Amino acid sequence: MRTRTWAPYALIAPTLVLMGVFLIYPIGSVVYYSLQRYNVTQPWKNGFAGLDNFKQMLFDDPLFWQSLAFSAKWVFVEVGLQLLLGLILALVVNETFIGRGVARALVFSPWAVSGVLTTGIWILLLNPSTGIFQELSELGIGSPGTSVLGNPETVFDALVVTELWRGVPFFAILLLADLQSIPKDLYEAASVDGASRWRRFTSVTLPHLKDAIILSTLLRAVWEFNNVDLIYTLTGGGPANQTTTLPLYVARQAVDSHNFGYGSALTVAGFLILLFFSILYLRLSKFGSRA
Amino acid sequence: MTETLTRPPVNTPPPPRRPTKRRRRAVAEEPGKRWLIHVPLVVYLLFTLIPFYWMLVFAVRPTGSTQLVPWPMTLEHFDTVWNDIGFGIFFYNSVIIGLGVLVFVTILSTMGGYALARFKFRGQRVFLLALLCTQFIPGAMMLIPLFVIFKGAGLLNSLTGLVIAEVAFQLPLALILMSGFVRNISYELEEAAMVDGCSRMRAFFAVTLPQLKPALVAVGSFAFIGAWNQFLFALMFASRQDKFTLPVGLSYALGEFNTDFGALAAGGVVAAVPVVLVFAVVQRFLVQGLSAGAVKG
Repeated sequence: MRTRTWAPYALIAPTLVLMGVFLIYPIGSVVYYSLQRYNVTQPWKNGFAGLDNFKQMLFDDPLFWQSLAFSAKWVFVEVGLQLLLGLILALVVNETFIGRGVARALVFSPWAVSGVLTTGIWILLLNPSTGIFQELSELGIGSPGTSVLGNPETVFDALVVTELWRGVPFFAILLLADLQSIPKDLYEAASVDGASRWRRFTSVTLPHLKDAIILSTLLRAVWEFNNVDLIYTLTGGGPANQTTTLPLYVARQAVDSHNFGYGSALTVAGFLILLFFSILYLRLSKFGSRA
Repeated sequence: MTETLTRPPVNTPPPPRRPTKRRRRAVAEEPGKRWLIHVPLVVYLLFTLIPFYWMLVFAVRPTGSTQLVPWPMTLEHFDTVWNDIGFGIFFYNSVIIGLGVLVFVTILSTMGGYALARFKFRGQRVFLLALLCTQFIPGAMMLIPLFVIFKGAGLLNSLTGLVIAEVAFQLPLALILMSGFVRNISYELEEAAMVDGCSRMRAFFAVTLPQLKPALVAVGSFAFIGAWNQFLFALMFASRQDKFTLPVGLSYALGEFNTDFGALAAGGVVAAVPVVLVFAVVQRFLVQGLSAGAVKG
């Protein structure tokens, strides 16, 4: 049915133009800037720098390695927990019970909330003087004046829980959609054969969900790696750069220091790392091959 | 449902009420296992709703009050954020951007999705690959080059600029989703219409478009919510306060009014209500649409 008409090209033309100008050209220019000294505050120093930015990044910038390590930890913990809780939630709201529609709408709703708003809500909830820990301490649980966001020992946990609140519904929605596409007779056949609830889960549900799980964890991992708005507004990367991710570091180079050359080099590094691990992940997980 | 309410004539047997029966049977099937559903559900509902409730309480109780059941309620915080801090303007800006992105993403993704689903053309695979690759581009990391482009094009501090950037970033995924939706609609009716003398465009509008309605709702609301919540671009590309969007306004409220929790909460409610309402209405379409096979691409 290969056509020789111009119609498909006309239909995708606006998309191509937008992608070219706002996605592909910028990628090219990031690569170009990464090889330049380009600092808005010191324009007289601008010029070709070769690989100097990358040398500085690899050998002379502990914050690069620190932020990369934190990014890895952040992605691993967030995606793992979101997948686990999202799967449980999807299985629960896939069952039949009274008020299911309302329950679904409610538990999915944080998905629609922005990172900044999530920060606002959780700052209210966790504030030491009128937050939930204060109320609990009045009931005799915990100690009053607990500040989980100001304490270096608890700030990571607080950050993780806050992002879980917004992130779990994404997995729950995608996995629920996939659960609903499993033919009912597969379960009936398994039941007739005497399979237990757990057995039906491991031999019918999980294999069916495999591709959806691989795809959603990958998308989410990329997204969590690039997630800036929540961390930026909740901790600002602190205390003492403890929660600075690589993209947050880039954003700060761009917004605060106006060091576009070095920031671009960090961007290129982040992009390559992401691409490498995405391809590795798809290979290792044998995406698309049904078990 | 209404049929079961009307009294059946005396001689005929009552109409079968299958839904209720089936539900009862499901409950009766494994009575000991119901806690497996109820316990996690209640725990998760509390985890979801307590933060929302906290915000609502802070938004409507008077300054200085610490009651958890806020009564009497006050609207003073809404007055402060809407009129004094400027959330009225931020709200207007967010609505304009949200609707602009919704319209353009929906139209352009339908066009592109139709092209991918109904035609085979040279360069199709490359195009699809390019769309998928864009999903790995970190928005935060595009700030620097985009800033340079926007400055050169005079698009800083303009709502148009924010709409264009957001459309460009959302379009690839929306287009992939839309091509899945179009593929799920049978081509035969459309072909039949064309055999009967309709142009392809006419056939599309008369036959395929009406069936795409749930997909349009899903993709459009996706786009609206994404645009409504967009933060980094809005923060970087709009420095004038009259061009702030709600997330940007809120982020400043987080810093400046760190002690005025009432104002922060009221601002949060203003930012949350539209998206949460939109989402509550469309989440069913979302699950159905994704379930129809779009996930697998």
